[in-house]
Amino acid sequence: MNNYVGKPLDRVDGRLKVTGAAKYAAEFDAPKMSHAVLVLSTIAKGAITAMDTSEAEKQPGVIAVITPDNMPKVAAAQRPLFDKAIHYSGQSIAVVVAETLEEATRAADLVHVTYAEEKPAVEMEPVIDQAYQRGQPNKRGDFDAGLAGATHKVDHIYRTPIEHHNPMEPHATVAVWNGDMLTAYDSTQGVSGSAQSLARRFGIGADKVRVIDPFVGGGFGCKGQSWPHSSIAAMAAQVVNRPVKLALTRRQMFTSNGHRPPTRQAVILGAGDDGKLTAHQHYAINHTSRQDEFVEGTSRLATSMYSCANVNQGQKLLRLDVPGPTYARAPGESTGSFSIETAMDELAAELGVDPIELRLRNYAEKDEASNRPYSSKSLKECYRLGAEKFGWSKRNPKVGSMTEGRYLVGYGMASATYPANFWPTSAKAVMTADGKVQVQCGTQDLGTGTYTILGQIAADAVGVKPDMVRVEIGDSWLPNAPGSGGSNSATSAGSAVMLASQALKKQVVELYAATESSPLSGHADEDVEARDGKLTSKKDPTKSVEYAEVMKKLGKTSLEGEATARPGAERGGGPGEHYTMQGFGAQFCEVHVDPDLRMVRVARWVGAFGLGKVLNEKTLVSQLKGGVVWGIGMGLLEETIPDATHGRFVNCSLADYHVPVSADVCSIDIILVPEEDKFVSPIGAKGAGEIGITGAAAAIGNAIYHATGKRVRDLPITLNKIL
Amino acid sequence: MKAFEYQRAGSVGEAIRSASDGSKFLGGGTNLVDLMKYNVEEPSKLIDVTRLPLAKIEDLPGGGLRIGALVKNSDLAADHRVFERYRMLSQAILNGASPQLRNLATTGGNLMQRTRCGYFYDTAFPCNKRTPGSGCSAIQGQNRMHAILGQSDACIAVNPSDMCVALAALDAVIQVEGPKGKRSIPILEFHRLPGDTPNLDTNLGHGELIWAVDLPPLPKEVQTHYVKVRDRNSYAFALTSAAVGMHVGGVDPTIRAARIALGGVSHKPWRAQEAEKALVGMPATRESFRHAAEFALTGAKGYEHNDFKVELAKRTIVRAFMDLVVGLA
Repeated sequence: MNNYVGKPLDRVDGRLKVTGAAKYAAEFDAPKMSHAVLVLSTIAKGAITAMDTSEAEKQPGVIAVITPDNMPKVAAAQRPLFDKAIHYSGQSIAVVVAETLEEATRAADLVHVTYAEEKPAVEMEPVIDQAYQRGQPNKRGDFDAGLAGATHKVDHIYRTPIEHHNPMEPHATVAVWNGDMLTAYDSTQGVSGSAQSLARRFGIGADKVRVIDPFVGGGFGCKGQSWPHSSIAAMAAQVVNRPVKLALTRRQMFTSNGHRPPTRQAVILGAGDDGKLTAHQHYAINHTSRQDEFVEGTSRLATSMYSCANVNQGQKLLRLDVPGPTYARAPGESTGSFSIETAMDELAAELGVDPIELRLRNYAEKDEASNRPYSSKSLKECYRLGAEKFGWSKRNPKVGSMTEGRYLVGYGMASATYPANFWPTSAKAVMTADGKVQVQCGTQDLGTGTYTILGQIAADAVGVKPDMVRVEIGDSWLPNAPGSGGSNSATSAGSAVMLASQALKKQVVELYAATESSPLSGHADEDVEARDGKLTSKKDPTKSVEYAEVMKKLGKTSLEGEATARPGAERGGGPGEHYTMQGFGAQFCEVHVDPDLRMVRVARWVGAFGLGKVLNEKTLVSQLKGGVVWGIGMGLLEETIPDATHGRFVNCSLADYHVPVSADVCSIDIILVPEEDKFVSPIGAKGAGEIGITGAAAAIGNAIYHATGKRVRDLPITLNKIL
Repeated sequence: MKAFEYQRAGSVGEAIRSASDGSKFLGGGTNLVDLMKYNVEEPSKLIDVTRLPLAKIEDLPGGGLRIGALVKNSDLAADHRVFERYRMLSQAILNGASPQLRNLATTGGNLMQRTRCGYFYDTAFPCNKRTPGSGCSAIQGQNRMHAILGQSDACIAVNPSDMCVALAALDAVIQVEGPKGKRSIPILEFHRLPGDTPNLDTNLGHGELIWAVDLPPLPKEVQTHYVKVRDRNSYAFALTSAAVGMHVGGVDPTIRAARIALGGVSHKPWRAQEAEKALVGMPATRESFRHAAEFALTGAKGYEHNDFKVELAKRTIVRAFMDLVVGLA
């Protein structure tokens, strides 16, 4: 057993990425490649009455123009790929295939469409009364009585806007048919899910589809499901009987692969003079499309984030003429934590209690929603260590009392949380004759460091150096793994790789121990320590042998260990004690606000998180920092703006949709609070992909309030809201 | 993108002679090529002028500077003469775009930059600037970035340039040559207000090529400064910006001369000459500047989402002058 797990090892794929050698989906090629470009609707509601493709078809290089009129029938059970009914602006209505990307792009411009247009509804407020209940409202205790008994109240509407994920790598699919067998190079957060989706769409067996995606340039949720363009690419490849490459443009990505829906949240907190919550209500509404139901899950935190006997919680949806929303980094927790953590700050101000103290008075020792203990919860330590590092004690609670130079200074904090998901995952570890290890798992690396951590895990479990391990992921034909969403991959794939690697080592030891005159004769797996490529007897440390020598002795060209990691009974369903598994953290930030111009700069950040075992300190810290950067965007900048008249987004570019640039990002200190969790997963880690954004926007808003006395309940907090 | 003819001009004369209906001169391409990709601009021919010998910054007799039309934004901002003598210009350029864009963008191209109005950029929307007579989507729509001064019922778009705001304050002169010969256009007459022809951004005639921008000498006593207010700290267009200059002198120090130009508020860089006059003879105090700022925004009209700009523009002016006073410029 080595101790590579936890070390801040550099990314194994770092060099490939900075030199451009890492191959992303759209960079794959095949003989006779053709290029496809989508045609999107320019109206939001109504129907296509005519499509004139004659000019497009005459353009040089055009191979096919596929529309609702001439598209082939694919598996009937699903929604058609192209539809003459228009459900939102920017809906795919046709695709042009040509010899070159430029030819396809031009021809797509020349598909002339006539519409019968109806008035769309894309904003929530004017039609808010059309929201419908989704699921049963959750009621615990007696909210009305609790509120009646409260001496302090916070009762406000909080709003978050449409936001887009904007990964650096655009969505792309390269579809190659070989007979009835489809290979798709697809930019996706789930190679196996993408393969299943394509198989269903084309009515073929899952074994007939192979999805390959060795590198992903970010997903953040918008590559979590198979969007229509992937199927359109495969369908077009059938029509033209050639490989097809289809990559979305940045503008197309604003309507083709989901967004974080806007939310309207009615939050009420009631508390006694002691600051203890007596009532907590959270009713949230998010928009969804005419065709899909997507619940952002904004209000679910209300049932468990803080201790409270009387809770009302519910979720409504509102159908609008918009593209379908989807998961976006910390779906539910990011939007919900904005309102709850802002409301808690308001309550603290109202009571004259320190915001951390208020949270400690309402600390939930167990999950009150399920009445289960947490498998681990280090939130108190996160508050303590975060506050210490940040210098929270220097905060003068009086609003507007702190300055630096001409700037108003504000300190703000918020709690962070996200579930520790773990889903069934299989992996294989193979040792070759030279003693090297190949790890195979059908997971994928979104850019977070999956290759690196899986290598570290296998190195420790087999007992070799990390450079002796090669990790193969990003291929749906590898052992089955779930999509990389819900912050599950480090936990799920990490556990599977650990178990498979342990199985490999055990097998090697047992086979070797059984060989004639083996120095490890009579040794069981647990009697043998494996380290840096060498097996050593724990009974007699003078007895040791290299893996390569073992393989030679065994006469094997390769040996395999396989395993499937599965959540156990402790997550519920089985006998014994059940736990809620959740990560927690505390966010602290300092903002500087220009007293006249009201530009806000986040000056420094401290985030403290308890996330179980650290698999790689460097990639973990990077992921958490990335989450905080997203939080800065959510708090101050990000918003997709629909035009109400035309039902179309007006800022579909990275010049107009503002994500934080380097100049907006300050020094971010991440504290990893030591935490041991025996139940969360075999590997003992909790995921870190999403928790970093949670609470972040609220911490910024709370700091702005502290600096200026202006409470903004409507994200993003642009300067005009605090003039 | 529509197919186009490409031609590289070997001389200014050749470039001008090559101009035809539907042709465009190509500089850094940082705006024009984007617009072509969106089918907003569909030139039949691009005349590449980037190889012409117009990339020098030269001293003019009397203390001015002549900036070649092909001087890159980065080079202009970094020129020590510009930095010493026309600091606001250097500051304005460095407040715009990103280093990558400034390395490509040219002085002449920056003058020709088109609005960033989201409705102009997307051919699915009606827009009088792009398609005259189709209507203005911004007036009743998402107009947070839009104009509050000099706009018309046909168009409320703003000029996005930072550089041009400083040029307006500095009384720059645009040197052009066209089929009818050479002429000089004062910066304030170069860009147009939208009126009922918002499709026309400038008064440049067809086939006229910008070959230089002249900066008249600025008295040494005049200190200048540029302040930009924007949503993020880099790579964002101005909500409001102000280029100001001031000469304070005398035993009982008062303002002898002042310059004020505003960005982010109008279809053209907005020079506020009445407000400048109001400052002359006044002490250099916050009150004087606020008073002048009120003058500068006289007649300003906001819309649903950009009403805040009226007050913000005033504060921007005050801040720019106060930075000079307190030595933070």
